[in-house]
Amino acid sequence: MMMTIFPRILPFLIAVLINIGLIVPSYAQTERITITEGTVEPTPIAIADFTDQTGRPGAFGRMIAEIISNDLDGSGMFRPEASASLIPPPRTPSIKPDFSEWTPLGVKALLVGSAQESGNGMIEVVFILWDVVTEREIIAGEGEVSEAGLRRISHQIADLVFESWTGDTGYFDTRIVYVDESGPPERRIKRLAIMDQDGHNHTYLTDGSSLVLTPRFSPQVQEIAYLDYFNDNPNVYLMNVSTGNSELLGTFPGMTFAPRFSFDGKKLIMSLAKDGLTDIYEMDLSTQQVNQLTKSSSIDTSPSYSPDGRKIAFNSDRGGSQQIYVMNANGKNVKRISYGKGRYATPVWSPRGDIIAFTKMYKGEFFIGVMNTDGSGERLLARGFLVEAPTWAPNGRVLMYFKQSPTNDDGSGGESHLYRIDITGFNERRMVTPSFASDPAWSPSLP
Amino acid sequence: MTKRFLVLIAAIGLLAACETAPKDAGDAAGASGASSTSSTSDTSASASSSESASSAAATPAEELASIGDRVFFEYDSSALSAEAKATLSAQAAFLAGNPSVTITVEGHCDERGTREYNLALGERRATAARDYLVAQGVNAARIKTISYGKERPSFIGSNPYAYSKNRRAVSVIR
Repeated sequence: MMMTIFPRILPFLIAVLINIGLIVPSYAQTERITITEGTVEPTPIAIADFTDQTGRPGAFGRMIAEIISNDLDGSGMFRPEASASLIPPPRTPSIKPDFSEWTPLGVKALLVGSAQESGNGMIEVVFILWDVVTEREIIAGEGEVSEAGLRRISHQIADLVFESWTGDTGYFDTRIVYVDESGPPERRIKRLAIMDQDGHNHTYLTDGSSLVLTPRFSPQVQEIAYLDYFNDNPNVYLMNVSTGNSELLGTFPGMTFAPRFSFDGKKLIMSLAKDGLTDIYEMDLSTQQVNQLTKSSSIDTSPSYSPDGRKIAFNSDRGGSQQIYVMNANGKNVKRISYGKGRYATPVWSPRGDIIAFTKMYKGEFFIGVMNTDGSGERLLARGFLVEAPTWAPNGRVLMYFKQSPTNDDGSGGESHLYRIDITGFNERRMVTPSFASDPAWSPSLP
Repeated sequence: MTKRFLVLIAAIGLLAACETAPKDAGDAAGASGASSTSSTSDTSASASSSESASSAAATPAEELASIGDRVFFEYDSSALSAEAKATLSAQAAFLAGNPSVTITVEGHCDERGTREYNLALGERRATAARDYLVAQGVNAARIKTISYGKERPSFIGSNPYAYSKNRRAVSVIR
């Protein structure tokens, strides 16, 4: 299945970079909790239905436009104009659009394209992104896919539109692994499941016969590290996503958990709990050699590497309550960075390296927030009865996490769902999943 | 199916390793008992009900339930209260009187914490209960510990009473 798009960037490409600086006022830690609201104005864009061989919008073309539209809308950086479908697009993308038809919509960008059957069950997809104001082509591309590949090529086009317009890396051609939840709270059945970042192509990776938690993607995508209670021995396992095969990671004298890969995929960091002590260990994945990085009587867990591999953020109660600390990758030079009110947990380093996402607990509520790597500039993005487990889109612009509602005495409630929010526009959206969902992990960009 | 097969091989490797590892005795017994007890990892109430029909005399599981199979903890604490110590002392006496019984101490937390931290906290609680039993003369080889963090509440509800019942270490006969 051929699913690659070769962008044909024309010589007069203009890099239209809108200013996406955070215009969010930073605020001092006060008694009143402020949830940061969106401040960035999204770019209005018209996404025309892609035309078929008759020159009119076809079923495939409408699906492609809808997928791209949904991706861009969810990014918070674009506002697709719904009435764009009322305007007949050019018969083929090779015909320059009549911009006087599109400017009344108030759009700044126009995406046109075609999806034509090219024989042998293949579909040829062509697209061009136009700047409506200057009437210039921004980016164009083409690819050939089977029908099964249409969703993916649509995400790839959305990535190219996002990248050429914002100058930032796209994240639409990515997947989410998470924990599917079913059954009553005291006997919750948990299964690993995987889906595209927009919730489609959903499949289960485990059968629910043992409790599984906290899946994390390898930067190489094909592997997931997760906690499995197989045979009542909770340990970190590695699963190959394409084959579904799992293997126990190393042999340890106690429970291993809280796994996370280094950004180069060569190392895995995790906690080992034994005899009441929880410390952080790193494993070289090629040699399986293990190094103990922390050694204290406290709980040291939820470790996360910086993208350059030099630092590790983690969670510790060594100062009396749960806080976030940063240390060198060799375990030296430990410094506490969270000094706000409440308890801080689950630090996750942004792929951009500049900020750390976290979970905060304060006055009976949970929050998802971000802070600079020295702990300054804290901004809270989401709140709820129980909100936990932030994970970054590979471009570091969108976070996913889960929210759980309180459980009623009769066992109802306790509903958990995945949400995502873009840290620029603060556009929170619930993900659609077949059942309750928790512990999301965002894949890197697919190869 | 392939997955299960490979995991099984991996788990056998783990158990083999545990047999040579010090201070983690009891895993060998756990290996044979794991398959039969894997579904009763919740509360001892379900474990005892499944064995209660066989005889008129109290089974070890019933006896353990009657003297108190669980101790409770304060929020974010693994410290044993005087009441918890009394319960564990009774458990130690029960274990002295039933020398063939081996147990798993399960550590649990309420839901008001993050998942990974609670896994560590549950392990601390299970260890605190185990260490007290060992100090009372129970052979450490008869006690296995496991943490379920906040994954297996025994009392349903998002309220302080439910939380106080879920912050627990439960001794379960293997």
